[in-house]
Amino acid sequence: MKEQTLTPSDFEKLSQDEKQGEIVVRESISAWKDAWLRLKTNRMAMISLWILAFIILVTIFGQLIATHDYRTQDLQSTNMAPSSDHWFGTDSLGRDMFSRTWMGSGISLQVGIYAALVDLVVGVIMGGIMGYFGGKVDEVLNRFCEILYSIPSLLVVILLIVVMEPSMFTIIVALSITGWINMAWIVRGQIMQLKNQEYVLAARSLGAGPSRILLKHLIPNAMGPIIVTITMTVPNAIFAEAFLSFLGLGVQSPAASLGTLINDAIKAMTVYPWRMLFPATLISLTMLCFNIFGDGLRDALDPKMKK
Amino acid sequence: MERLLEVNDLRVNFKVRGGTVQAVRGVNFHINKGEAVAIVGESGCGKSVTAQTLMRLIPSPPAMTSGSIMFKGQEILSKTAKEMENIRGKEMGMIFQDPMTSLNPTLTIGRQITEGLIKHQNMSASAARARAIEMLSLVGIPNPAARFNQYPHEFSGGMRQRGMIAIALACNPSLLIADEPTTALDVTIQAQILRVMKDLQERMGTSIILITHDLGVVADICDRVIVMYAGKVVESGTKWEIFKNPKHPYTKGLLRSVPRLDQRKDEPLIPIFGTPPDLIKPPAGCSFCARCDEAMRVCIDNDPELLPVDGNESHTSACWMAHPYAKPAKQEVSV
Amino acid sequence: MSEPLVKVNNLRKFFNLGGGNILKAVNEIDFSIAKGETVGVVGESGCGKSTAGRTILRLYEPTSGSVTFNGEDIYKLKGAKLKQMRRDMQMIFQDPYASLNPRMTITDVIGEALDIHGLAASRAERKRRVEDLLDLVGLNPDHATRYPHEFSGGQRQRIGIARALAVDPKFIIADEPISALDVSIQAQVVNLMQDLQRKMGLTYLFIAHDLSMVKHISDRVAVMYLGKIVELAESSELYGSPAHPYTRALLSANPIPDPEIEATRERIVLTGDLPSPINPPSGCQFHTRCPMATDKCKTVEPKLVEVKKGHYASCHYASV
Repeated sequence: MKEQTLTPSDFEKLSQDEKQGEIVVRESISAWKDAWLRLKTNRMAMISLWILAFIILVTIFGQLIATHDYRTQDLQSTNMAPSSDHWFGTDSLGRDMFSRTWMGSGISLQVGIYAALVDLVVGVIMGGIMGYFGGKVDEVLNRFCEILYSIPSLLVVILLIVVMEPSMFTIIVALSITGWINMAWIVRGQIMQLKNQEYVLAARSLGAGPSRILLKHLIPNAMGPIIVTITMTVPNAIFAEAFLSFLGLGVQSPAASLGTLINDAIKAMTVYPWRMLFPATLISLTMLCFNIFGDGLRDALDPKMKK
Repeated sequence: MERLLEVNDLRVNFKVRGGTVQAVRGVNFHINKGEAVAIVGESGCGKSVTAQTLMRLIPSPPAMTSGSIMFKGQEILSKTAKEMENIRGKEMGMIFQDPMTSLNPTLTIGRQITEGLIKHQNMSASAARARAIEMLSLVGIPNPAARFNQYPHEFSGGMRQRGMIAIALACNPSLLIADEPTTALDVTIQAQILRVMKDLQERMGTSIILITHDLGVVADICDRVIVMYAGKVVESGTKWEIFKNPKHPYTKGLLRSVPRLDQRKDEPLIPIFGTPPDLIKPPAGCSFCARCDEAMRVCIDNDPELLPVDGNESHTSACWMAHPYAKPAKQEVSV
Repeated sequence: MSEPLVKVNNLRKFFNLGGGNILKAVNEIDFSIAKGETVGVVGESGCGKSTAGRTILRLYEPTSGSVTFNGEDIYKLKGAKLKQMRRDMQMIFQDPYASLNPRMTITDVIGEALDIHGLAASRAERKRRVEDLLDLVGLNPDHATRYPHEFSGGQRQRIGIARALAVDPKFIIADEPISALDVSIQAQVVNLMQDLQRKMGLTYLFIAHDLSMVKHISDRVAVMYLGKIVELAESSELYGSPAHPYTRALLSANPIPDPEIEATRERIVLTGDLPSPINPPSGCQFHTRCPMATDKCKTVEPKLVEVKKGHYASCHYASV
């Protein structure tokens, strides 16, 4: 029993300092770090992230380690199977498939990333304006978005490519014309929810103007859904590009994207399956990783999961 | 008096990132038949977790529960999920703080009352309907027959809470657990709901556990009061003992920090300084030590036991001030 | 009484909900606040007290009426004068969890007020001022680099107060500043507000539904019901001899933490719910729930009249 060990001196009053004051026990973490810690516990998302990092690295430095240039034709050695000289084999013109695959991956990733960037900039600005100002402004812009959205996007894309030269630039422009609308709507919804939060009212009562409120208060707090939308936009754009290339509307030879490589390979799929195997595996892996990573990111950033 | 519920050394832990939150840390109390008992305390003191554990409403994991909850001589903590279904609604009813989210928006109020009656009491649909309409009129809903067929969104906040009470009491349970039932309501509506609860308790002999932070509500409808702080019971007794002769410095502090309508304006409020401890790392000694005006050296490392006050078994307090070595406070602060 | 600092004249704020539905949140309210005074506003949810507070601060544009601050109509201010008004009038919000931007550190939350009005010449000065403010509201300045979610409700409310004080305001509207806080913390915040009022000569409009706290802090109290002020008097007068039946019902419904009083006092329990402010009752708006309503109350709307010196009530049968 503790009773016996107590002495009268134990019953002296404590001074203010002797009592343990207010201690903040938990370590200081920002919302971003919190999300990162949660993401780290998601194994699949982390594996995807590592695979993506690897793909991007090889894409950037692939040309340096490749044994052959991506354009050099070698009609002596066409349609070769993978070997120590040509790691991924060669195509019908004897060009090195390793080199061409990573070249194509580069183009595909660029299309994805640029399209996502355009979506981000245009979508956030438009969505921010619609959400913050509301009323008539919102009504007009929103109607405009709806009209644009109701035009079959594939039609717009194909028309545009027919009018302009088929190139990476054309594809990015074509994908961006309607691509940002989704982002704008997501941002608009977020801003509308957030703009009645008391911290926004507090900023307004301090005299903050619309641009400060949008940039400092609203957009940072809508960043979670924005980032998730971007990670989902990238694979969609890659996929759209592959599809267009497959139709022959993509980048033109000697440049190649993963889509054009698959398109080339498909003609001789039964005879030379490896020409199909590498670009198809790469594009599938990239898409899968982006999707799993985006999912994980959404879980990590979703405030509803927060305690 | 006959004991309906006896809780012994109840502990509930939650695993979170960065440690284990010890939400309830060895709680003992009992409820007699026909009694209204309040559990008061601030947010995070473990009062809601305790209430939900009584009905086994907290999924485990993440919760880890130990101790014992004897209800009508049966151990609640060892019941299977199936057995609990028969106890919930039939033997114990519960009403929650937010009447907006605790009713199913896609079912009529009538349907939500009859559901339990048909399930637990094998009533026919028509008998259940008659009973449901009777319940609605008992809780003071005007025109109950028409209201029976309405959906929750057609009810106002106060009406919804009445509906919740009707659902909770339809099967005539022996225990009603009310978790902050009036916190979301306006004072004039709160007065209505409290009156309904009090009437029904007298009429049906139901025991009530009222979870609240509002000392005024406690003084109004409860017989006994259990004061919780940082996951422990720090004082318990009849409402007269608690309000007129509080022994624990936390109870005293709580009573002092609420202004009263009959208080003079220039009398300053006496707040309790600081904030409650983080229950990931609860203090080794008395959990109120850091905020206590009376804190002594012994309080830092030794947790006081809940002991009878002046040999009175009904009034208990967990404070080292009751120890014979402790010097009596210079003056008794009147509350 | 000295010249009023804030005068609210015939203020109305309606919201058009579409489909011909107009929510009359604030409907012709009139009152004034003297310098250094605390006026409390009480009423149930939906009575328009928060909308009134936000409209007086010009967070909402009014439907009609005016608010003068130091003799100037704040709804007519533009540019630099409007900016000055934003410094003079500040607000403390209800929800300590929603009123601080979760992505900003405490330094930036408070520092933003200084940035907007250019009150700190350098980063060092900004930091010093933020630390002074934290110290003023009883927080440890070392915690300035932390984020809001690391603080408890009471601490966050102190941060909100520090933000309001950063611009050196003269008039503060506190919109239910303590109703989201625990009992033991409420008294801390109220005491802090009273200390600051004494130190800095602040004027408060204190909006709450907690009658006992409003009585404690206020010099005068206004009771609102469905967008209108139904009674306005010195706080001890209002609580001691309420003239309007609604005020009497509110006071009697407020539970008192004393079993002795609870056991003996007679309650007026109002029947029915608050009517909708979209379609308020005719005549006296309270007649649907009033225990003493007559036919006259159903048709004739009572005016807010002085029933005793400084004590206003809008009831045909007001008794003092």
